[in-house]
Amino acid sequence: MSDSNPSMDEITCPIPLTQSSIITMAHGGGGKLTRQLIDQIFVPAFGNSQLETNHDSSVIDVGFKKLAYTTDSYVVCPLIFPGGDIGSLAINGTVNDLAMSGAKPLYLTAGFILEEGLPIETLFKIVQSMKKAAAEAEVKIVTGDTKVVDKGKGDGIYINTSGVGAIDHTLEIHPMSVKPGDAILVSGDLGRHGMAIMAARENLGFESPITSDCAALSGMVNELIKAGINLHCLRDLTRGGLATALVEISETANLSITIDDSKLPVDEAVKGACEILGLDPLYVANEGRLVAFVPKEDANQALTIMKSHIHGQNANIIGNVEEKSAKRVILKNALGSSRILDLLSGEQLPRIC
Amino acid sequence: MCLAVPGKILSIKKDDPLMRVGQVSFGGIIKEVNLVYVPEAVIDDYVIVHVGFAISVLDPKEAERVFSYLDEIEHTIQDKEKSE
Amino acid sequence: MKFVDEYRNSQVAEKYKIAIADTITQPWTVMEVCGGQTHSIVKYGIQELLPDSLTLLHGPGCPVCVTPLEQIDKAIAIAGLEKVIFCSFGDMLRVPGSETNLLTVKAKGGDVRIVYSPMDAIEIAQSCPDKQVVFFAIGFETTAPANAMAIRQTKLNKLRNLSFLISQVIVPPAIQSILESPNNKVDGFLAAGHVCTIMGYEEYEPIVKKYQIPIVVTGFEPMDILQGIYMCVRQLESGKVEVENQYSRSVKKEGNRTAKNIIQEVFEIVPRKWRGVGEIPASGLGLRKEYVDFDAENRFCLNIKFEEKPSPCISGLILQGIKKPRECPEFAISCTPENPLGATMVSSEGACAAYYRYQLTPK
Repeated sequence: MSDSNPSMDEITCPIPLTQSSIITMAHGGGGKLTRQLIDQIFVPAFGNSQLETNHDSSVIDVGFKKLAYTTDSYVVCPLIFPGGDIGSLAINGTVNDLAMSGAKPLYLTAGFILEEGLPIETLFKIVQSMKKAAAEAEVKIVTGDTKVVDKGKGDGIYINTSGVGAIDHTLEIHPMSVKPGDAILVSGDLGRHGMAIMAARENLGFESPITSDCAALSGMVNELIKAGINLHCLRDLTRGGLATALVEISETANLSITIDDSKLPVDEAVKGACEILGLDPLYVANEGRLVAFVPKEDANQALTIMKSHIHGQNANIIGNVEEKSAKRVILKNALGSSRILDLLSGEQLPRIC
Repeated sequence: MCLAVPGKILSIKKDDPLMRVGQVSFGGIIKEVNLVYVPEAVIDDYVIVHVGFAISVLDPKEAERVFSYLDEIEHTIQDKEKSE
Repeated sequence: MKFVDEYRNSQVAEKYKIAIADTITQPWTVMEVCGGQTHSIVKYGIQELLPDSLTLLHGPGCPVCVTPLEQIDKAIAIAGLEKVIFCSFGDMLRVPGSETNLLTVKAKGGDVRIVYSPMDAIEIAQSCPDKQVVFFAIGFETTAPANAMAIRQTKLNKLRNLSFLISQVIVPPAIQSILESPNNKVDGFLAAGHVCTIMGYEEYEPIVKKYQIPIVVTGFEPMDILQGIYMCVRQLESGKVEVENQYSRSVKKEGNRTAKNIIQEVFEIVPRKWRGVGEIPASGLGLRKEYVDFDAENRFCLNIKFEEKPSPCISGLILQGIKKPRECPEFAISCTPENPLGATMVSSEGACAAYYRYQLTPK
């Protein structure tokens, strides 16, 4: 997992100190200052032949007939947190969405909405982080856009990325392919991202060793496909956590799912943070974890492949799909009794009761 | 009312009786906790913490009672079965 | 985690399950008072481990559920004011007032902040001297020492921009009110372990003597609750009643003297309204006159005309254990966690929310 990018501290923001150190409305005007942002911050970071055509759109050659296509917008506070920032989130989140179809992510767009007053140094750091994440995920950012909004009308920076990936397999990887008897695997320990964000926010502040799990999963998925694992469904676990993903898949597939609480990997520090705040790790956000549904006979091999990957060391087989048709997710707990998991009505809030 | 979690005292920062605070670890998460209500607590003690305040020092001997109590019950059940 | 994981052990649970089944010879109804215990019971499916003849009722031990509508409306009114920072525990944000809730006030631009501790409100007030900061001081006796300390420190530091909206309640009068009800079905109580950590359990002895029912001071982990239930059933079967202390690793008979002293310094006993139940005399804590300057109800001129609107919600009967959620005609129809009619559907410990989420067991 990436640390806080020590090499980035050595690269300094190229915008001269004599000019503005913060984003102003002029940076969104489409004139010289916009040009300066593009030429001095975005192009050097993302630079590729498509971007350098300097045109309204970029022409790409994907060489395959079937494409996966996705878009996502990223808003997070704080902008920079242990284990990542809004930039790495924006790259990895979209890369992962493509990977969940078994696609090889190829090209991304990046749209920025900047708040007047945002330090340019912060923008620079975030863009450098995106460069690093894109390189690790082997994707190129080929086109983009920048707008500036008045101070108070944005949370520093919002980013939208859309992405396209090539499908080079014949698998139908989606909830409708889930079958009774399928094994369910999770690629690593749960709840890191959500708790890392909470720890970074002042009002619930505690010193913690929790870092976000923000990471690209495309490499792991590629290994699974190459090894011939018959992937029925993949889902990256984002907001709402593992429980939400399983409920959604169960509803779409119209199949009952059972998972074993004792098999769910949760780091001790994440567990401690959840205990203090009264949160359930099953519903806490992740940003570098997936759940996979595979035929029972492929489960052990899939697990071995996941565990040998840098982002899959705590992977585990956590449950299975039942024979009966029912839109239900059942959690068996340590005491041998069970309960049904449902969607939450809203966000999990810390509680004292 | 009732969410309170046991944590281990790692250090005590201010030993002023009015504002006694300590660093308490909950499975690796460290939080500053107000120790004003547990004046007897020392480093390495486990305390029960509610909304940032330690409300009691956990008694490790009593903590065993949930389990030792079971042994007593099991003997009672076995004796009852023997006499039936 | 130490002193947590060992109390979630399936083998120990199985032994208590057998012991309870072995001891019980007739139907009994046991009420657990504390919302945190309700949470544990539904999370771990403890009812599934008990014989059918043993009924568990979820009592009024959830300050979210029992905070009266008027207090929620006052909180909403204050939170919507300009230059006010309204601080609250997360639990209160979705509780419905007469028209709306605190989360909606936040969405509309109100500065509503979730805090972990009442002391966080002091820090916010110190860092924002040009704003009025208000802390929603809810809770039972467990939270009273923390709220009391925050109020005390506010006065000591002469923080003029911080005040407290008080909604503190205490447990023993609530238990008595349940026992006095002609519809009372409760045979024994599991008293709230963290409340008793503060207050001790001497005040439950007169209740046991008067009403001849067992009261077991119980913790919150599944093993605690199973042991507490076993001890209660054993008393009921033997006919001998007393206050027993299951949660002895935290609770002492005299409680926490330092905490009790601070509570007494800042608060005095007052009558309090309980949502869905009505006013119970001497059932709450209010600020002593030395601290009334810091009462948000005095600080803000709130012109709220409160009218009790007719509502199909029967939270009050559910909190007292007189009816079960499924007996409510609106349950899971017009009243759901997304659209709650009353607090027992909002709070994760509320009996209605618990039934809605977890009672559909797979068997």
